[in-house]
Amino acid sequence: MLDCIIIGAGVVGCAVARELARYSSSVLVLERFNDVSCGASKANSGIVHAGFDAHPGTRKAFYNVRGAKMYPLLAKELDFPYRRNGAFVLNFSEEGNEKLKELYDQGVKNGVEGNVILSGDEVRKMEPYVSDKVVSALYVPASGIVSPYEATIAFAENAFDNGVKFEFNQTVKDVVKSADGTFTVRTDKGEFCAKTVVNCAGVHSDEINNYVSKTKEKIVARKGEYVLLDKAYGYLAGATLFQLPTAMGKGVLVSPTTHGNIIVGPTADDIDDKDYVDTTYAGLSKAFSQAALSVPSLPRRGIITQFSGNRAHNVTGDFVLGEREDCKGFFNALGVESPGLTSAPAIGQDLAKLVADRLGLKERKDFNGTRKGIKHFATMSDEERVEAIKQNPLYGKVVCRCEVVTEAEIIDAVTRSLGARDMDGIKRRTRAGMGRCQSGFCTPKVMEIVAKYTGVDMTQVTKKGAGSELLTGRKE
Amino acid sequence: MDKRNVVIIGGGPAGLAAAIGAYEAGERDILILEREPKLGGILNQCIHNGFGLHTFKEELTGPEYANRFIRKVKELGIEYKLETTVISFDKNKVITAVNEKDGLIKIQAKAVVLCCGCRERPRGGINIAGCRSAGIYSAGTAQKLVNIEGYMPGKEIVILGSGDIGLIMARRMTFEGAKVKACVELMPYSSGLNRNIVQCLKDFDIPLLFSHTVVDIKGEGRVKSVVIAEVDEKLVPKMETAREITCDTLLLSVGLIPENELAKQAGVELSPVTNGATVDDRMMTNLDGVFECGNVLHVHDLVDFVSEESELAGKCAAKYVIGGGFEADGGTKVETYGGVRYCVPQIIEHNDDYEPFPLKMRVSNVFRNVYLRVYADGQLVAQKKKQISTPGEMETISLKAEQVEALRKAKEIKVGLEENK
Repeated sequence: MLDCIIIGAGVVGCAVARELARYSSSVLVLERFNDVSCGASKANSGIVHAGFDAHPGTRKAFYNVRGAKMYPLLAKELDFPYRRNGAFVLNFSEEGNEKLKELYDQGVKNGVEGNVILSGDEVRKMEPYVSDKVVSALYVPASGIVSPYEATIAFAENAFDNGVKFEFNQTVKDVVKSADGTFTVRTDKGEFCAKTVVNCAGVHSDEINNYVSKTKEKIVARKGEYVLLDKAYGYLAGATLFQLPTAMGKGVLVSPTTHGNIIVGPTADDIDDKDYVDTTYAGLSKAFSQAALSVPSLPRRGIITQFSGNRAHNVTGDFVLGEREDCKGFFNALGVESPGLTSAPAIGQDLAKLVADRLGLKERKDFNGTRKGIKHFATMSDEERVEAIKQNPLYGKVVCRCEVVTEAEIIDAVTRSLGARDMDGIKRRTRAGMGRCQSGFCTPKVMEIVAKYTGVDMTQVTKKGAGSELLTGRKE
Repeated sequence: MDKRNVVIIGGGPAGLAAAIGAYEAGERDILILEREPKLGGILNQCIHNGFGLHTFKEELTGPEYANRFIRKVKELGIEYKLETTVISFDKNKVITAVNEKDGLIKIQAKAVVLCCGCRERPRGGINIAGCRSAGIYSAGTAQKLVNIEGYMPGKEIVILGSGDIGLIMARRMTFEGAKVKACVELMPYSSGLNRNIVQCLKDFDIPLLFSHTVVDIKGEGRVKSVVIAEVDEKLVPKMETAREITCDTLLLSVGLIPENELAKQAGVELSPVTNGATVDDRMMTNLDGVFECGNVLHVHDLVDFVSEESELAGKCAAKYVIGGGFEADGGTKVETYGGVRYCVPQIIEHNDDYEPFPLKMRVSNVFRNVYLRVYADGQLVAQKKKQISTPGEMETISLKAEQVEALRKAKEIKVGLEENK
């Protein structure tokens, strides 16, 4: 009998897992995909929102501001890319000035410090590629960017290193509460029992809740499509550029990523199939043309990839967090859409505390809250490179030329705690295949390394788990 | 820091020929840096024949063609480092490279020849919507998997784009037992060589659909189908013509992009048309002593011309070193008109003691019954009659000594296409 089962290894599930690892407990994370961070946690804007946007008094506002303040230290402890780059909310009309002021006031109410309203010219002095049509903007210095999948992986690895177990390719089909108050979680592969359950199932969190609670929930998948630009165009934006919401829509953002690309998006379309993450022609065009309002010189030829993710939109609008009244021992992190990534660390803290209190768990003395990430050759100084190759000559063997990823890093990605088992896992951990050629050159070599170090045949190497094998067989 | 006279970045066909060119011009301190475990570059995976018709007057496979150059480089005792990746390059011609054995090395070069080749445009570059399943490859990646690694990337194939690698792979996949269902080309013409369309598609009854594109890719783990549609004159898909083709693989052959990342780092000026450097007739870029040739300069159809161009670049790099630099005498920019998209070299130097050179160009559309003409200060210097000129085939105008002479003296040079009236 486990103390706790966490359903879902997205950023929220992994943040909860890492916080629970602080207590003497047996914790299992169940994930339906082949890796952590395979849903919305890998396909979002990667913004650590300062917290001016959410309505005062909501859980979104509360957790946003708290989560945002946790990121700088977390990024150090867990060694993942985070940068406070500031943000602008761009206003394109005279009528918008009033709304901008409202946003400013809202920020003050939410406890966001340092915001200031600037004129269009002042904005362009700081961000020279911003459109001439921008008349004013709210400048939010506390806004930041994070690599969302690397943060999730970091939470997960650190949880794992502190004893949390992970089971992948487990799709939860049912959750049953027994008479003795314990839970049985049924998946497509088997059954798992625990004293408590934390529901972090993203777009499917309503279904999980509805298995055990009489208080029904409804989550709508709200799809967001993105395009990503070559690092060569990274100069186009230093800060994150939001658009002031208008009657025409919420607008899209243009932002640098922590790795120096430019991300553009997201669109927002409610869809019926929660797992439908294909990109669409219309969505991509919309994201791009809308973003061009902020930065008119955005080059279409600079696009290197597109992707989409589905936000878990709760129809009531706010996060649903905490224990279910009618089902003691069952905890929800439901409807965690934007600013969910920002909020995740704070949500993790509170939910873990609730679970610990419910079970009477004690804090461990031997919890190690630090984790070392993969040493990235690309970001080392020359001195560090010399040293790295001396220690491990495979640091001298570049596999992914576009992102300058070496064989040593790819092997590390496979062999470390909760290591990558497929090509997408390698990509998210090392960036091999994420550059401008989009894995054209490095695919065969990376496949070889994955095959060798996971102990499978080349023909069994997958892009993202069973059913996504890259090869159909050997040549006859 | 190591000091070298001529450093050649890239040991593919361009780098090999540049090294030989430099040697033959009298330079002995030459170093080739190659990231792969073997010299020869992309030729190693091009196991089909058709290489060397111009250079050797015989049909060779890619590896055979490469080996002739590799053998010569070895015979001449030209130094090379394999599995060595250049990670940075600056305007002072300092190269930083890494490998397992030497660790991180810094080299101060007197002359650098950039022979970095090109990469394939990925799916993202053309905005094809749909799933992100396994089974979407650029044609060159599939070629490597099949020809070098010995694996099949798929069984039922649709190819988007009719670039040469795509066409070659249509035939290769068919030979290996896969079913190639269609080759879909956005433009009303192919960007590949006509001989490849005949020998790789027509001979195997593989349909080539012009003015079509892929509008959706369906699948979860693996690609299950693609949706193709006809496009209008503005290349916008006509969705009413959409139809689904079942397949497990989509190969992309949608263009090659010169790999000028190192060049950009150093501040080499690039042409927005070729995506390669702007060079003069000595193949020198705007950076003194930095030369560029082969597919990193502009994408070629035939390796023979890569070799020819690179040999010239290597020779000039050697002359640059031996002569202690070039005397700057300025040059005249080559302007293009009437359907000629670009011309390499882009600048012709006024000094007259340099090697002779050809003019290489591509046209923007399919033209029939035309003349390619070269004017110096309004005077016709050279011309070439073409029954047909297509974007898929590079045009070359070879110049005789007196024609070169005329261009060197000119204050205005124009290269263009005119109707045959």
